[in-house]
Amino acid sequence: MKKSVSLLAGAVLSLGLMTGANAATLKMAYDADPVSLDPHEQLSGGTLQLSHMTFDPLVRWDRKLGFEPRLAEKWERIDNLTMRFHLRKGVKFHSGNTFTAKDVEFTFNRLRESADFKGIFAPFSELKVIDDYTIELKTAEPFPLILNNVTYLFPMDSKFYSGTDANGEPKDKLVKHGNSFASRQLSGTGPYTVSYRQQGVKVEFDRNSSYWDTQSPGNVDKIVLTPIKEAPTRVAALLSGDVDFIAPVPPTDHKRIESNKNVDLVTMGGTRIITFQMNQERVEAFKDARVRQAVAYAINQQGIVKKIMRGFATPAAQMSPWGYLGHNEALKPRYDLKKAKQLMKEAGYEKGFSITMMAPNNRYVNDEKIAQAVASMLAKINIKVDLKTLPKAQYWGEFDARAADMMMIGWHADTEDSNNFFEFLTACPDTETGLGQYNSGNYCNPEADKLMQQANTETSPKKRAQIMQKIEQMLYDDAAFIPLHWQNLAWAARKGVNIEPVVNVMDFPYLGDLVIEE
Amino acid sequence: MIAFFIKRLAQAIVVMFVISIISFSIQDNLGDPLREMVGQSVSEAERQQLRNELGLNDPFLVQYGRFVKNALQGDLGTSYFFKEPALDVILAKLPATLELVFGASLIIVFLSVPLGVYSAINPQSWFSKAVMGFSIIGISVPVFLTAIGLIYFFSIELGWMPSFGRGETQPMFWGWESGFFTWDGLAHLVLPCISLASIMLPLFIRLIRAEMMEVLQSEYVKFAWAKGLNPRRIYFLHALKNTMLPVITVGGVQIGTMVAYTILTETVFQWPGMGFLFLEAINRVDTPLIVAYLIVVGAIFVITNTIVDLVYGLVNPTVNLAGKK
Repeated sequence: MKKSVSLLAGAVLSLGLMTGANAATLKMAYDADPVSLDPHEQLSGGTLQLSHMTFDPLVRWDRKLGFEPRLAEKWERIDNLTMRFHLRKGVKFHSGNTFTAKDVEFTFNRLRESADFKGIFAPFSELKVIDDYTIELKTAEPFPLILNNVTYLFPMDSKFYSGTDANGEPKDKLVKHGNSFASRQLSGTGPYTVSYRQQGVKVEFDRNSSYWDTQSPGNVDKIVLTPIKEAPTRVAALLSGDVDFIAPVPPTDHKRIESNKNVDLVTMGGTRIITFQMNQERVEAFKDARVRQAVAYAINQQGIVKKIMRGFATPAAQMSPWGYLGHNEALKPRYDLKKAKQLMKEAGYEKGFSITMMAPNNRYVNDEKIAQAVASMLAKINIKVDLKTLPKAQYWGEFDARAADMMMIGWHADTEDSNNFFEFLTACPDTETGLGQYNSGNYCNPEADKLMQQANTETSPKKRAQIMQKIEQMLYDDAAFIPLHWQNLAWAARKGVNIEPVVNVMDFPYLGDLVIEE
Repeated sequence: MIAFFIKRLAQAIVVMFVISIISFSIQDNLGDPLREMVGQSVSEAERQQLRNELGLNDPFLVQYGRFVKNALQGDLGTSYFFKEPALDVILAKLPATLELVFGASLIIVFLSVPLGVYSAINPQSWFSKAVMGFSIIGISVPVFLTAIGLIYFFSIELGWMPSFGRGETQPMFWGWESGFFTWDGLAHLVLPCISLASIMLPLFIRLIRAEMMEVLQSEYVKFAWAKGLNPRRIYFLHALKNTMLPVITVGGVQIGTMVAYTILTETVFQWPGMGFLFLEAINRVDTPLIVAYLIVVGAIFVITNTIVDLVYGLVNPTVNLAGKK
């Protein structure tokens, strides 16, 4: 027995050495692998991570939330409604086809068919091909977020996705819940090609040998992506050297990783805001702004971040994180129990009342514990909370039904813009326009809505910033909802794998530029 | 024998039918599959349209009728996530799970019999006491804790064993990829098999010990001693054979249970088997896959129990399978 164990150990060790010699291979583990190879099937972190590895967008975010040219070399505004993009020449798809404006047009039209992406591309009225390497994007109204939204335009190989597959279906067919050509085959312009994929087990990527971006310092020839669902196993895989790079890293393991000399931890303030909404239709008291303010004063964001998130979050008093135009520096968390009690008294609720609360228990970092903490904080101003937590699969149904008086919701703005928060979370709910789709509190402030519409067509960043910061201020004064914190992000890698320059706040690492030191 | 099989088959059909109804009726309580399929900002109208396309808005009986009709033709539905027939997805993951269960069974058989017998024969020795003490610990520590502990010591601290996955596999036949024939595959099997075995091993050691002690008190063993037979012959031929009867019954049922326990072990080790698949399917509300899994596992239970009954008949000729008087 002993002998065989040492034999096994030897075998494992020699294997480790063999792979160690080839340093330009990156073995990485995320919590999940991409749902599909079709970049338009689902708007999710996994899809965008894949898109940035195998495709290139027209422009992409840099680390300071500015724009970096990719397949669009430069761009200029022609008029209020038109933006012209000059496309990069000499770019080849994985299939060998040459990238032209036609591919951009093809992709644009496909995006507008996608249930998940059509919302982002709805403001555009038309994409006009001027010549092979020039396009114009037109909007019906002046639109400030053209560049934000074209970060989602990853040109697909129109020739590759044309025609019909073995089942007689068009190759470009976008299928949400079935087997389609595009969900299994991929041809983009990106730094990596998909060489092997077994869904839920692993995906292997090879460096695109004819990648156009020769300036990229990236030296990784091969990436093996293994999904490891359980956080402790993911961390163990990194610490034991079985993988080189993991994300996400659970807050409980940060200390352990930081104290280990062989691995690096990279953290960053995130952009996903966690909030509670107070339902005014279900609870009469929440109609009174003083009661909502009392709740806002009763919640100790710093305490939650320190005790529950172990410092791995940024306490919030608004939705827009730092770096967004709408971020209002003046707004600070306002924990003050005395003030809260006084406001309750003024509103005539000194004796308090009872409410129901719901939160997911596997959606956000420590969501269940946060909800419990909020419930106990509310007890101090005599609001009795009946808390129920559910797995996310069941939670969203309850959320849509507005099934509790206070509900938790986290949000990340797909457009990296403050207005996205307002449109989904605080606008007066309207089933026609879809505004306020996730406003379970039924908070409605026509004045804020008017400003929001104004921001939608204001193309001057400075003026937009003013408008949106004003909205944040109004929501704060009104205590429209209870902001808690922005979840931070964390990645960890073996020493020598320089992830720091390639990770970003959107959480789609630009692995094409990753450098592994020998 | 044939009558026995027919009876079993009829029972199996009833069992499968009940499982299908139960699993089909709970699926509505698992959550909304659409939520997992679309992004958060997709409108309710879009979702309703997709729901209609998937037939999720039909009445329960219509959905169930459609399911049964397809199931009778061997089609248990298409997984939302894998976009392939659910049965194919599960059968593709079955080898990994069976190898895990097989490896754990080997550990259990080769450890529980000698340890159980030894501690029955020498109940007072320090070694027996140590074995009993360990088995108490083993039975009370939850399997995921055992698994994480093993990973911590053998993968992180000592660096001997890989921490997750199946490693290198060797193609066999019918698409069966085996980890038993490569060093890397074997190394990956060790920790998951030990942690899966850790729940059943103490149970079997205790069971064998108790049964053996009882048998050793029986008249015929005393007679054998009086006859002056070789102790080895008494212990391992006469006593052990009768000890094994109840052990086989329990063992058969436990193999089915072990398939269920793989859910935890596979999740911790990211083992690409059925159990992990099932847990993921629940998280993703992949209802066709959930229903298909329950049916397949139900079938495994029925089959193992049938085999146990057959083996039992072989070991103990007084058991009459056909139920004739």
